[in-house]
Amino acid sequence: MERSLMKGNEALAEAAMRAGCKCFFGYPITPQTEISAYLAKKMAANGGLFLQAESEVAAINMVLGAASTGVRVMTSSSSPGISLKSEGISYIAGSDLPCVIINVQRGGPGLGGIQPSQADYWQATKGLGHGDFHVLVYAPASVQEMVDVVVKAFDKADEYRMPAMILADGILGQMMEPVTFPEIEAKNGDKPWAADGHKNKREHNIINSLYLQPDVLEKSVVDRYEKYKKIEETEADAESYLCEDAEIVVCAFGATARVAKSTVNQAREKGIKAGLFRPKTVWPFPAKQLQEASKNAKTLLSVEMSMGQMIDDIKLAINCSKPVEFFGRTGGVIPKPTEILDEIVRLGGAK
Amino acid sequence: MAKITVNFERCKGCGLCTTACPKKIVAIQKERRNPKGYYTAECIDDSACIGCAMCAMMCPDCAIKVEK
Amino acid sequence: MAVVFDRPHAFCDIPLHYCPGCTHGIIHRLVAEVIDEMGIEGDTIGVCPVGCSVMAYDYFNCYMIEAPHGRAPAVATGVKRAKPDSFVFTYQGDGDLAAIGTAETVHAATRGENIVVIFVNNTTYGMTGGQMAPTTLPGQITQTTPYGRDPKVQGYPVRVCEMLSTLTGTALAQRVAVDSVPHIREAKKAIRKAFENQKEKKGFSIVEVLSTCPTNWGLTPVEALDRLRNDMIPYYPLGVYKDIDAVKEGE
Repeated sequence: MERSLMKGNEALAEAAMRAGCKCFFGYPITPQTEISAYLAKKMAANGGLFLQAESEVAAINMVLGAASTGVRVMTSSSSPGISLKSEGISYIAGSDLPCVIINVQRGGPGLGGIQPSQADYWQATKGLGHGDFHVLVYAPASVQEMVDVVVKAFDKADEYRMPAMILADGILGQMMEPVTFPEIEAKNGDKPWAADGHKNKREHNIINSLYLQPDVLEKSVVDRYEKYKKIEETEADAESYLCEDAEIVVCAFGATARVAKSTVNQAREKGIKAGLFRPKTVWPFPAKQLQEASKNAKTLLSVEMSMGQMIDDIKLAINCSKPVEFFGRTGGVIPKPTEILDEIVRLGGAK
Repeated sequence: MAKITVNFERCKGCGLCTTACPKKIVAIQKERRNPKGYYTAECIDDSACIGCAMCAMMCPDCAIKVEK
Repeated sequence: MAVVFDRPHAFCDIPLHYCPGCTHGIIHRLVAEVIDEMGIEGDTIGVCPVGCSVMAYDYFNCYMIEAPHGRAPAVATGVKRAKPDSFVFTYQGDGDLAAIGTAETVHAATRGENIVVIFVNNTTYGMTGGQMAPTTLPGQITQTTPYGRDPKVQGYPVRVCEMLSTLTGTALAQRVAVDSVPHIREAKKAIRKAFENQKEKKGFSIVEVLSTCPTNWGLTPVEALDRLRNDMIPYYPLGVYKDIDAVKEGE
């Protein structure tokens, strides 16, 4: 297997291409632009298409069009751009179309800043557009995982006929790490529902999210929620690190989890029984895994690059049975290990 | 010899066909409403129909078939 | 006797939901006739707008996609780029194409996106009950211009074909009407040319069709045709605003 040193954004782009992504529609925004730049250079030579749209709104609707024809398609943006895409994402979800959407998060609200953030957690997991729907949300924590999850995201999006999002951040997008590309099979799958021209052989397919009869619309949503239930049971994924005997379980995802992991190691050196719980999917949230990982904990501590968003899911996952504390920095400020360690000590973990 | 057949169920009685007929023989009848409640178009003089299909071309509901 | 006029195959044999006398049905039929004549039903993918023709996906026998409001040209771009050998058309009203979807329209045109756009202009938002559209005429009374559109307040109508004809990527920009049989014949020729352009990969072709809205204009269907002729055509003159073939011949 080949091993190379790559930026997170570029590694993700390369993996998407290898996973059979045939079309990419983008619009420039920091800190994700390397994805577009990489694909602009490589897509055509790989038999694919790169197109820069006139806006994020247009880009996501181009994704809707290409996904309707059954090809693997991707778009990427950063926080303010994802807000613009939310209209299209809702339509894509309502039309049961697969696609992959990348959010390399930056600080908000508004134009915010261009430094890393995790303040789009709520948006990604609970409110990516109008109406009742979910998208699969993967939260990688290394350049290698940027590669691994994009391949998985395409497969799962096709399997469940729904959008999949990769919720990365400016750190993961910009940093360089060694990365290995596994043997990736460029798949596309059989898509009998696709609107790719019936060649005078089939019934005519319609890609649509409009149901004017309330009972028909309700049924389409309820059917989708049956699917979501299955996904919650089978697709939730997490890493538990030193949680078995942990009295304090630090919960963090993405780049923050890397900082939190070294903090947990430092805490252990001080004799504090700390562990790390890292969701690898944030929708579905790995609730059962967290219950297991925190069974001996006295306290949970959510560490986020936001004012506290994932903490809601943590409390729900353990049914508020234990205290859940919060430490976060926001606006593009990355939490320091010393800050987190101080918090662990303050919460009574010190002997 | 030509004739038009108006689809009684589909016609909405809008009357656009009546403006198109060069022979002025298409009219909205006032005796029978269709299930949607519209008085429908009809040919009032079959013998004068030349099968030009102008009424059908003007019909927004594709409710007129023309034979010749 | 032989059948000289009947429903084209590409036009589904189901009742249309449009109001009596609404000319959407004529325009649908013309598109379907062209699809039939070119034998491309199996390779055609249509994109519907939001507005009165939102349910056009039920009326065409080809594959259909329902787009968000104004985004049909972007959706069509995605379809055409993913399947370059297919025939792709959008069917859009004036609010959809010339207000909320202006950016998508202009950029699809300037990219020379090899698609057909059927633009139905009836100077009103019909589906929502007759509000001011970007193409509403000065003085026209609508639900949101109850005293008539005042250009000092609401600005001026957009002339879409004229605007798009300035773009290099536009292959065809033609305005037609469906108020009479001769105009309907012209309209069909224009739609046919737009689809032929796509076949020959000439670029973006838009056919603007002046249409009626008897219900929201408060007129009978026949009076509505008169308004189209007497008020709309003088403001929106019919004709070819750009034809890439004519440009080449003229050079």
